[in-house]
Amino acid sequence: MLASIPTFALVGVDSREVTVEVDVRRGLPAFTLVGLPDAAVREARERVRAALLNSSLDFPLQRLTANLAPASMRKAGPSFDLALALGVLAASGQVPFEAVSGTAVCGELSLSGALRPFRGALATALGARAAGYERLIVPVENASEAALADGLEVLPVGSLQRLADLLHGRWRPEPARPRPAGNDTGPHAPDLADVRGQADAKRALEIAAAGGHNLLMVGPPGAGKTMVARRLPGILPPPSFDEALEITRIQGVAGLGDGRLAAERPFRAPHHTISPSGLVGGGSYPRPGEITLAHRGVLFLDEVAEFSRAALEALRQPLEDGFAEITRGQRSLTFPARTMLVAACNPCPCARPAGDCRCNDVDRLRYSRRLSGPLLDRIDLVCQAAAPPAAELVDRHGEALERSSVIRERVISARERQCHRLGGSGAYCNADMDGRLTRRHGALGDEAVERLLGSVEQGGLTGRGHDRVLRLARTIADLAGRPCISPTHLEEALGYRLASPVGIAA
Amino acid sequence: MTGSVVGTACDACLRRGYLVGRLATHIAGLLDRPHGRVAGLLALPDQKLVEAVAGEHASDALAFLEEFDAVQARASVERSGAVAVCRHDQSYPAQLGNLVDAPRVLFVKGRGDLASLSGADPAVAVVGARRASTYGLEVARELGRGLGAAGVTVVSGLALGIDAQAHRGCLEGDGAPVAVLACGPDIPYPRTNRRLYERICERGLVIAELPPGQRAFRWSFPARNRIMAGLARMTVVVEAAEPSGSLITGDFATQLGRPVGAVPGQVTSSRSAGSNALLKDGATFITSAADVLDELFGSDQPRSSSGPNQRQAGFAPPGDPVQRLLLEAVEAGLGVDGACAHSGLPIHEVRAGLSRLEASGHVSRDALGIYRRTAAR
Repeated sequence: MLASIPTFALVGVDSREVTVEVDVRRGLPAFTLVGLPDAAVREARERVRAALLNSSLDFPLQRLTANLAPASMRKAGPSFDLALALGVLAASGQVPFEAVSGTAVCGELSLSGALRPFRGALATALGARAAGYERLIVPVENASEAALADGLEVLPVGSLQRLADLLHGRWRPEPARPRPAGNDTGPHAPDLADVRGQADAKRALEIAAAGGHNLLMVGPPGAGKTMVARRLPGILPPPSFDEALEITRIQGVAGLGDGRLAAERPFRAPHHTISPSGLVGGGSYPRPGEITLAHRGVLFLDEVAEFSRAALEALRQPLEDGFAEITRGQRSLTFPARTMLVAACNPCPCARPAGDCRCNDVDRLRYSRRLSGPLLDRIDLVCQAAAPPAAELVDRHGEALERSSVIRERVISARERQCHRLGGSGAYCNADMDGRLTRRHGALGDEAVERLLGSVEQGGLTGRGHDRVLRLARTIADLAGRPCISPTHLEEALGYRLASPVGIAA
Repeated sequence: MTGSVVGTACDACLRRGYLVGRLATHIAGLLDRPHGRVAGLLALPDQKLVEAVAGEHASDALAFLEEFDAVQARASVERSGAVAVCRHDQSYPAQLGNLVDAPRVLFVKGRGDLASLSGADPAVAVVGARRASTYGLEVARELGRGLGAAGVTVVSGLALGIDAQAHRGCLEGDGAPVAVLACGPDIPYPRTNRRLYERICERGLVIAELPPGQRAFRWSFPARNRIMAGLARMTVVVEAAEPSGSLITGDFATQLGRPVGAVPGQVTSSRSAGSNALLKDGATFITSAADVLDELFGSDQPRSSSGPNQRQAGFAPPGDPVQRLLLEAVEAGLGVDGACAHSGLPIHEVRAGLSRLEASGHVSRDALGIYRRTAAR
């Protein structure tokens, strides 16, 4: 007898339908598995046999052939266990076959017959819904994450025995509901009010957060670059429901989530020894890299000049396109990677305070060239982080510094203005605007136009830099709540733009 | 490119030029130690020179002299876009004649005018370290610019650092720079300065002792320095460690009885040790192009330094008091946060103010966006 059970396999951060076909017929007892399984999938035979027997179910002593279709796709991981076990049960007539229709299953088996959680429950559930399934059977631990996919009945099941009961109609679990989202970025997140001084870095952080711009902080060691950067999530607007779903899905695939809808944007700070594939994704079964884990959030590269050239080079395409394309062997995968880049570096290679620095211009230029091209091209703001003088570090009678929550309000209202203006154009924030949108929405007064032209004539501003300055000025105007970019907005934006290396070039 | 330089070289002088090129490797064998000097070697007549340096290869070199084909040599000079000018030609810089070992032929390239080096018009050599400080680079550029604008020919060696900045400044001041190379005239060395080399060819002159196609040798740098000192009425050392090639240029100038100036540097910096030592020994104290002009013409001489190319904007402090506060902060190296505290302005106005200062030329930013006061112009 033949049974076919639908399940899902992870491909990048998406899932693709895989049909597990099990054929049981008379012959020498054997269990053959075909359809490009990897080692973990082949081992499923042993788990299925033991799990069935330990659940007081029967493992047929007949010739069993299982096929994972489509056979051209490589299958990896243990999440096919449940579908294989169910296929054996259905093909050997131990559960009614028709009970399975319209239902997809996914899960790993323990030898005892208990179901173990798998990675990527939300991605699987979204795939099942898109493929037109009404029900998805998953291990209990995955149920709340899978239930985030609206309009799909998610049935949590604890063991194979329970599954058999369910299919015989002897038991029916309560369909899973998503657990309430975690706390909004609240008192736990570090607050910008804890940071004294750093006026420039704080202002740049606010602008970057408001427009989704990429930021580079330059300052000597110990100035507080990392401290400021870690406070960025506290002033970012909360993710919208769709964004939260994307974040949760990626976290689920990477095994990072807690099964609830993500309430915060991710903040990823990989160490500078990271490999290119660690940064943008890779591996023979490609896994998401840090830039994908930072999707809709922040990728923070501390000591960015220490990252390998190859790693920084690999960031170029994802930062440009908003997705990372990974080609391994014959297949190519696309990971989402719409992220805000925040980088920090020292002002010169010796990393001593300004007075003691002995670096000459050539040293500095060589240092900045380590980042140049791939990365500096994508930086919209460069700010200076300086260690505040000792006097400022003393708390003067609890003098109130601005709290993150206050700054966040401004950021949120600036984003709302952008959303309203950009609605339907495909861009979410000012940083997403292409050249055409920038020209349409970068409303400049006459005086501002002259100022900008002046800068172009001075030679420091290329066509590309021109657009970038306009986008930045647009965000500054949005923060100020102005419909038009004023000369002061433009001047401030020009102040944050990256200077072209001077002095050495002919 | 066809140069506008006109000049001729007689067969004997041309042959001498090619002989030096031919013997270059042998000279290298004798002299190539750090700061090894040519010390009169190049003053020897052809035969003696061959005997002095060629050793066992002397017969080959003598055969080369015998078989020298002037027509072919002229053709190859022409192919390289250069012109050979020998000491018998009118346009050969007369000032060079004071050198005991003046090159008998110069290979010249570029659209500039050799007459600018005749001695009637002043020429000043601005030389200094390859690894220079920001301060040194800025001063070199300012000197170049000021001298160029005043119509003084700026002679330097196209090396990285000070030399290149002096050339650039001269170009900015609309002057005609002269680069003296340690290799053949058709080789932009160092390669980093290739674009600068091309710009100098368009506006000024590139001069070499070695024939076209010849690479540079260690000995040919000090040899080139003697030509720089010989061409210039005065030599200014901007930044030099001890020992350094720039000091050699200064020595040559002293031997020729020409004035040597030096720009004061930080006393704690080893990069300025050589130039500071020159000052101690009585070199002219140079802080601006005006000081050089004073030395050349005497201080009562009217100067044409207020030409249209002088940009005065960066020199005069800004009128706006807030802008002045910000400029003070930049001068004191306080950084953007410091400028904020110093001026009492909110950060967004400080950033806007700083970019106004940048637009007016008072401050500039380095590759990583750190503000600096622009040198006085």
